[in-house]
Amino acid sequence: MSDRLKKADENLVETARTAIFGWARKSSLWPMTFGLACCAIEMMAASAARFDIMERSGMLFRASPRQSDLMIVSGSVTLKMAPVLRRLYDQMPDPKWVISMGSCASAGGPYPTYSHLQGVDKVVPVDVYVPGCPPVPEALFYGILELQRLIQQGQRQSDQEAPEKDPVLDRTLTSSAGPPR
Amino acid sequence: MSDDQLSAVATRLQEAMPDAVLESGVYMGETTIVLAADWLVDVCVFLRDDPATRFDYLVDVTAIDWFAHHAREPRFDVVYHLRSIPLGHVLRLKVRVADLEPVPTVSGVWRLGDWAERETYDMFGIKFEGHPDLRRILLPEDWEDGFPLRKDFAIGGYGIWAADNVPFR
Repeated sequence: MSDRLKKADENLVETARTAIFGWARKSSLWPMTFGLACCAIEMMAASAARFDIMERSGMLFRASPRQSDLMIVSGSVTLKMAPVLRRLYDQMPDPKWVISMGSCASAGGPYPTYSHLQGVDKVVPVDVYVPGCPPVPEALFYGILELQRLIQQGQRQSDQEAPEKDPVLDRTLTSSAGPPR
Repeated sequence: MSDDQLSAVATRLQEAMPDAVLESGVYMGETTIVLAADWLVDVCVFLRDDPATRFDYLVDVTAIDWFAHHAREPRFDVVYHLRSIPLGHVLRLKVRVADLEPVPTVSGVWRLGDWAERETYDMFGIKFEGHPDLRRILLPEDWEDGFPLRKDFAIGGYGIWAADNVPFR
């Protein structure tokens, strides 16, 4: 067998592996039972009888991060919650994916305030952002379909390096402590 | 309950404790009484126990920061919203205090005062004198960035607490 054919043969195996594993992974995404705010209500509506999105796409909510491979960050993340969210993410086994649901989780939403994380991607890597306030169940379904497409292609944000920090958004305030305590 | 009857509460309080009431007024059917801080607890006990008022429910305690282009002395209004469940009427009390000036606690009059005053302390830094356990309630206990609902609190960016505790990647 020539080198070229041998290489093609290896690539064929690798491509088949990606396709099969991708198919298996995207077809049994198990999201973590994790709701933070009003987006969680839409997420519940999406998984309930009328839309039945979770059941239709082979998803099953698990009550433990150790049994989950998808985290749907559904709602606003406060600074107090951010360490907890990161710990839950770290407890999930690889491979794992994150959907950022709604404008609060994606970019802070209407809360550029003292208590809010301005986008959950500052703490965990995000695969799919679903815009909306809150997103309708169809929008979440579209996000899940997009995620399944990415998984089929073998793409994962948790493999990527963390982006460079935004010097404006990520500045640490020291002047906020005005009055004495 | 009509405006006249709400004003009747103010009149009754004025008669019973003339030194306590600095100001009173009705706006959009809501009565507001501005009190001298020293009289606050006495007035609250009176309003709770008097058969004509019977304010048995402290709805909330909050504050207003009169700062910058709304500047006024003293700087803060501490606001108490009262409701009478048996008689069905409401009342607003205000106490004017300067920054760092203590306000007597009403947590001994209504149990809810305990948490409501802790929240007001948490957000505005109002010191409630005699409060049994005046520490932060909503923000982290080791929060050192000041009092976020004050008008001079900077907006945007992350504070000292976030820099130390949030696991930014």
